[in-house]
Amino acid sequence: MSRQGGRSADPRKVSQELFTLTYGSLVSQLVKDYESDEEVNKQLDKMGYNIGIRLVEDFLARSGERRCNDFRETADIIAKSGFKMFLGITPTVANWSAAGDEFSLIFDNNPLTDFVELPEEHSQLNYSNILCGVIRGALETVQMDVNVRFVQDLLKGDNQTELKVKFIKRLEDAVPAGEE
Amino acid sequence: MADDVLFEFLHMEIVSYVEQSAKKDEKDRLVAKLEQMGYRVGQSVVERLTKDTPRFSSELDIIKFICKDFWSSILKKQVDNLRTNHLGVYVLQDNKFRFLVQLSASKQYLEAAPKYLAFTCGLVRGALANVGLNCIVTAEVSNMPACKFQIMIQRS
Repeated sequence: MSRQGGRSADPRKVSQELFTLTYGSLVSQLVKDYESDEEVNKQLDKMGYNIGIRLVEDFLARSGERRCNDFRETADIIAKSGFKMFLGITPTVANWSAAGDEFSLIFDNNPLTDFVELPEEHSQLNYSNILCGVIRGALETVQMDVNVRFVQDLLKGDNQTELKVKFIKRLEDAVPAGEE
Repeated sequence: MADDVLFEFLHMEIVSYVEQSAKKDEKDRLVAKLEQMGYRVGQSVVERLTKDTPRFSSELDIIKFICKDFWSSILKKQVDNLRTNHLGVYVLQDNKFRFLVQLSASKQYLEAAPKYLAFTCGLVRGALANVGLNCIVTAEVSNMPACKFQIMIQRS
């Protein structure tokens, strides 16, 4: 007898978990391949960058966002529109520097780390470091050079996950990505 | 909810990363490595998919589940054609495979195609292993973006 429909697993939830698990398998592969956590962080950032430079086009096409007037607006769009669209979460924008060139994204929950516990020997590993790369790549495509890094991570026992984004300079006459 | 585009990009990055790292040792490790990564993910995913469902009644029932539920949750469509020799070999044809549609649909990249199937082979093998079927899964592309997955059940 063949089974009838009415399966209870929610396909969207499965997609989400598939993504989380696939990302996990990537990180564990990287941990196996590289000797130090630093190298893994770097590799994740690089892969994120590659994703970011392409993701931003998808984002602009679908969200219809216009040119930002200032960096504060950029921050809001990343948090409320970008993260919402791709990961379904809305991090909080906080901790603006006095000069207005640096802000934090604070995450209450992070779908990438849903099933993750960080072993003690990997205390230097920024598990979600791919996000830094994605933001950096995406902003570079819209001609902003930024520095993105994790300063706190729930996985490491901090109270929250915090990402710092620092504006460095505006890129003029940028060469399109991949055509150096 | 993570967006589907994100998963496709992630998959592409994984393939390109494994390809670059494989150059250091040997090329044929590439497919095996991707397959292994998929295997682990497949094992976990199938547990979630079958959590509240009744027990499978037969081998064919399991394969049908792979073609419908498993395929549509992971590859966003159902398998287009299923064939079997009734001796434990199943051929699943997907005419518009999710990870091939971004590639040019000409003969030009035919050689590059197999590495985009390896992860999925692993997913399927992992899923089947966890519902009690040991098997070998291979894939081939003859006409982009269509491809065929062959499942050979291993009976002991």
